[in-house]
Amino acid sequence: MKPPATRTRPAADRTQGRPAGARPPGEPRRVAYLYVLPALLVYAAFLLWPLLHGAYLSLFHWDGLSVGTWAGLGNYTQAISDPHLRGTFWHAAVLVFFYAVLPCCIAFLLVAVMSRSRPRGLTFFRTVLFLPQVVAMVAVAVAWQWIYSEHGPVNGTLRLVGLGGLARGWLGDFTWALPSVGLIGTWAEIGLAMVLFLAGVQKIPRELYEAARVDGAGAVREFFAVTLPGLRRELSVALTLTIIAALRNFDLIYLTTGGGPGDATRVPAYEVYNRTFNTGEVGLACAIGIMIAVVVFAVTAGVGRLVEGRS
Amino acid sequence: MRKPFVVLTAALVAVSAACAPGSGGGKPKTPAPGAVGTDVAKAGPVTLTVWDQEVLGGQNEQMQRLNAAFHAKYPNVTIKRVSRSFSDLEKTLRLALSGGNPPDVVEANQGYGIMAALVKAGALMPLDPYEQAYGFRKRFPAGLTQLNSVSAGGKAIGSGSLYGVAMTGEAVGIYYNTDKLAKLGLKPPATWAEFEQDLATAKGRGETPIYLANLEKFPGIHEFGVLLGQTTGKDKLRDLVFGRGGAWTDPSVVQAAQKLADWAKKGYFPAGVNAAKYNDSPAPFAKGDGVFLIGGPWFAADLQKKMGDKVRYILPPPAQAGGAPAATLGGPGLPLAITARSKHPDVAAAYLNFMTGPQAMDVVTQTGGLAALPPPSAQPTSAVGRDLAAAWKTASDKDILVPYLDYSTTTFLDTLGGVLQEIIAGRRTARQGMQDAQRDYAAFLAKR
Repeated sequence: MKPPATRTRPAADRTQGRPAGARPPGEPRRVAYLYVLPALLVYAAFLLWPLLHGAYLSLFHWDGLSVGTWAGLGNYTQAISDPHLRGTFWHAAVLVFFYAVLPCCIAFLLVAVMSRSRPRGLTFFRTVLFLPQVVAMVAVAVAWQWIYSEHGPVNGTLRLVGLGGLARGWLGDFTWALPSVGLIGTWAEIGLAMVLFLAGVQKIPRELYEAARVDGAGAVREFFAVTLPGLRRELSVALTLTIIAALRNFDLIYLTTGGGPGDATRVPAYEVYNRTFNTGEVGLACAIGIMIAVVVFAVTAGVGRLVEGRS
Repeated sequence: MRKPFVVLTAALVAVSAACAPGSGGGKPKTPAPGAVGTDVAKAGPVTLTVWDQEVLGGQNEQMQRLNAAFHAKYPNVTIKRVSRSFSDLEKTLRLALSGGNPPDVVEANQGYGIMAALVKAGALMPLDPYEQAYGFRKRFPAGLTQLNSVSAGGKAIGSGSLYGVAMTGEAVGIYYNTDKLAKLGLKPPATWAEFEQDLATAKGRGETPIYLANLEKFPGIHEFGVLLGQTTGKDKLRDLVFGRGGAWTDPSVVQAAQKLADWAKKGYFPAGVNAAKYNDSPAPFAKGDGVFLIGGPWFAADLQKKMGDKVRYILPPPAQAGGAPAATLGGPGLPLAITARSKHPDVAAAYLNFMTGPQAMDVVTQTGGLAALPPPSAQPTSAVGRDLAAAWKTASDKDILVPYLDYSTTTFLDTLGGVLQEIIAGRRTARQGMQDAQRDYAAFLAKR
């Protein structure tokens, strides 16, 4: 392996043969801030300011109406110590598996197959697999509610093959509701991961595959030696996007289970909504929101580091 | 680059920490009883902004007709109506009332979540100053005004000043499918024992005794409430919900939860009970899934459309035939309330008076609603409508209504609803479940 190329040349090298004080070409100039300003203003007004204001509100006990009282970090300790709220973060972790890990594994499998043999109608399959990304989440939720319902196709199929004993109302079952919702996410995210990987595979030089084959590598070996290393960047992007989708999942839970049965499918993002609008604990909701943001930042940084080897 | 950012953040925090959220806007004043006016015609041209959620079925027509009638009576008053669905209205109300230009009259749901929170924030005006002029309290039975009352500072519901008046009523009762009963050779149950016997008979003959769709958690509260009405007296239940005494772990409460667990275990509810959507209930019930359906007037229009006179309604039957009716859940519908910062409180009070007057009760009945007070001339047209009206009259006259159990705490809908789902699924025993509910309840009372 070559050592990574340094982006900037040593300073001594750059200033050689120039009068003192003159700016070398490519060095940042202050006027650049002016160019950034319009976008920065919009970003600040619609993202930074709400983020800061949310962080500020999270330090109060506030019902959204009457005067709030100072809480310090009380809302954060409550979010961590309350077993119900702590449970929501655990549920989010389970969803990360279904939203990110599982789709990426399945997408890899599909891509590995497609990169070895080009099946007929590839464009068609690609489109079909990407389709869930295009359909509105509300439609997805309503459709899956029916699929999982007592008289829906999942139970119908089970009964058909003589496994009627396993049939149940999946979204109302304490054990199965969370995995059931998670699988909807898997279904939706496979397409995204696959399209990213397919694009990446096309960049990998054919010679590498040929070399691997000449060296006698089988399909599995070829995948781990050539395809996987070649897709590190795509994997990083796919994981980042899907993990964020998992952590901020609100719409699907709201539409399919409302957090039930019991607390079985409660997730942090749902609690942000619930505590703000239903129970009037705006400060606590903001604290949970900030915690989600922190977790998302941490995970994004972690994925970049682990998968891409960035430091 | 990093340093100015830190300074900016620090400055922002310093500026914003100076004022707690929600501290903007002055406190409005309540008029003294002598200072109120009742002569609307003298008020000059007034635009009254009214927010309601009467959008389903005949409710929309009801509001349009009544608003037009009020305008015809007082041509100087123009009503600007803003109607939204129930959940949209309740969720935007907080923002609207804390904003600079609030509506004059709003429909604010009872309980700690909305009405008490609005009172605590000083956003609603008590109706006490208008009592002498309009007699809002005298108009309704005590049980109904209690639910629209909040004590000073929003501390407790069930007592204190009156803040709202409702045009409609709600009582949770039992719908039954007449075809199914006839097929099973049964009569509408006259006693609770007969009802339970009917459930067993229906189950034995392969029918679903009670249709229940409990995905959203709250529906099971209606079943539980009806059972509580049998095991626990109305006064004790009211004390419990209003936080005046008692516990959810009391023997009679656990007994009702145990009965719910028994029903579920015996298969009295359909398979997948916790997975089916509540709002879809009328369709399967009309198709014959379920002999009985426990619910309030909100199902009546849909059921009547699908089943005609094959659907009827009774209050939960008493312990003895012809005996005193058992307590059940219910109360006034969504109440109309006056906002504290309304510029025309006198006109708004006259509007509330009109909307709960005799003419309004006729219009409510004609448009298919369950009028809160007996309508002077109109009569419901369908059999189930007449059942509901008769049941409502009994419920008001005998004062048997107990508030919805989820009014107990701000989080009780989730807590109790979730507990009931667990009890129905057999994951927790009745006692364990009620201990969970009591924990939430005790924590709320301690904080209050």
